[in-house]
Amino acid sequence: MPLNVPIVENILSANDRLAEENHSRIEAAGVFSINLMASPGAGKTSLIEKTLPRLTDKFRVAVVDGDIATSLDADRAAAAGAQASIQINTGGECHLDAVMLHGALNQLDLKQFDLLIVENVGNLVCPADFRLGTHKSVLIASIPEGDDKPYKYPGMYRGVDALVINKIDLLPYIPFKMDFFQRGVEALNQGVITFPVSCSTGEGLDAWIDWLIQNIKR
Amino acid sequence: MHELSIAESILNIALCHAEKVSATRISDIHLVIGKLSYVMDDSVQFYWDTIAKDTIAEGARLHFKRVPAELLCLDCSQHYAPDGETLACPNCQSTRVKVVAGEEFRIESIDVETPSSPSPLPLGVEG
Repeated sequence: MPLNVPIVENILSANDRLAEENHSRIEAAGVFSINLMASPGAGKTSLIEKTLPRLTDKFRVAVVDGDIATSLDADRAAAAGAQASIQINTGGECHLDAVMLHGALNQLDLKQFDLLIVENVGNLVCPADFRLGTHKSVLIASIPEGDDKPYKYPGMYRGVDALVINKIDLLPYIPFKMDFFQRGVEALNQGVITFPVSCSTGEGLDAWIDWLIQNIKR
Repeated sequence: MHELSIAESILNIALCHAEKVSATRISDIHLVIGKLSYVMDDSVQFYWDTIAKDTIAEGARLHFKRVPAELLCLDCSQHYAPDGETLACPNCQSTRVKVVAGEEFRIESIDVETPSSPSPLPLGVEG
């Protein structure tokens, strides 16, 4: 008879272990870190562009950008005032994982920074499963994506610590039922802190910036 | 792409544990996957056949045990299976819920052949 070997190990345990290591390094350097996730076009880079100019006079910010190809986003982050911006090209992978962030951290002198923003690959599915080791996971939803996204991508909405709803300036033009959207969010992630914003008009950004500053100073 | 990462993780874990018992072949891998973990069985098996080639896990069969989602309402203590549309409690519509089961995503065990547990098949006969 063949031998049955009990294992009982989480399938992504290797990633989780490395995420823990990333977390320890970030924490030891006294840096607050976020993992910014969203579908393509929701406004991850735009939010970074609007956020950096309001922080960089007081805080030193590093941005790690994940994309399948190009360094367009890292260039935009650098132009917006990031003291360091590192591009990770995943070469086809649909998400960042702890190994990739580990490599990026090796290129940063973490002690030189107060805030680390990791911009994940645009995708509402896979990034939810791969912990990176950041302090908080932040999801950006946007009005043109539609109000059904919490229902269609529950894995992503369940796991995040904060939710930014971008492009609220488009609400008058798009049939987006905010109460239906919010009910979907509540059913998955009760009480998650939410920031309705418009990166175009600047509306709502104060609360988001305050939340970041509070966490940086914690 | 995601299923490829998953297949690679499963392979690494299985090979690591097989080595500890000096296994010569991995024949079966038993996985426990909750309904709230989104994995396509066929897709993982498809990648498996490529990545496990030339390892002792080549040709191993993957068995997916699916665990249904079970939630507990923190307001009225109702245990229930979500209907897919919402996770809210069907009894009191509360959204203060806790996931009791359905998030499983693990390797439970592997079946291996070791020098001390030879294949029941005689030499030269293909299974």
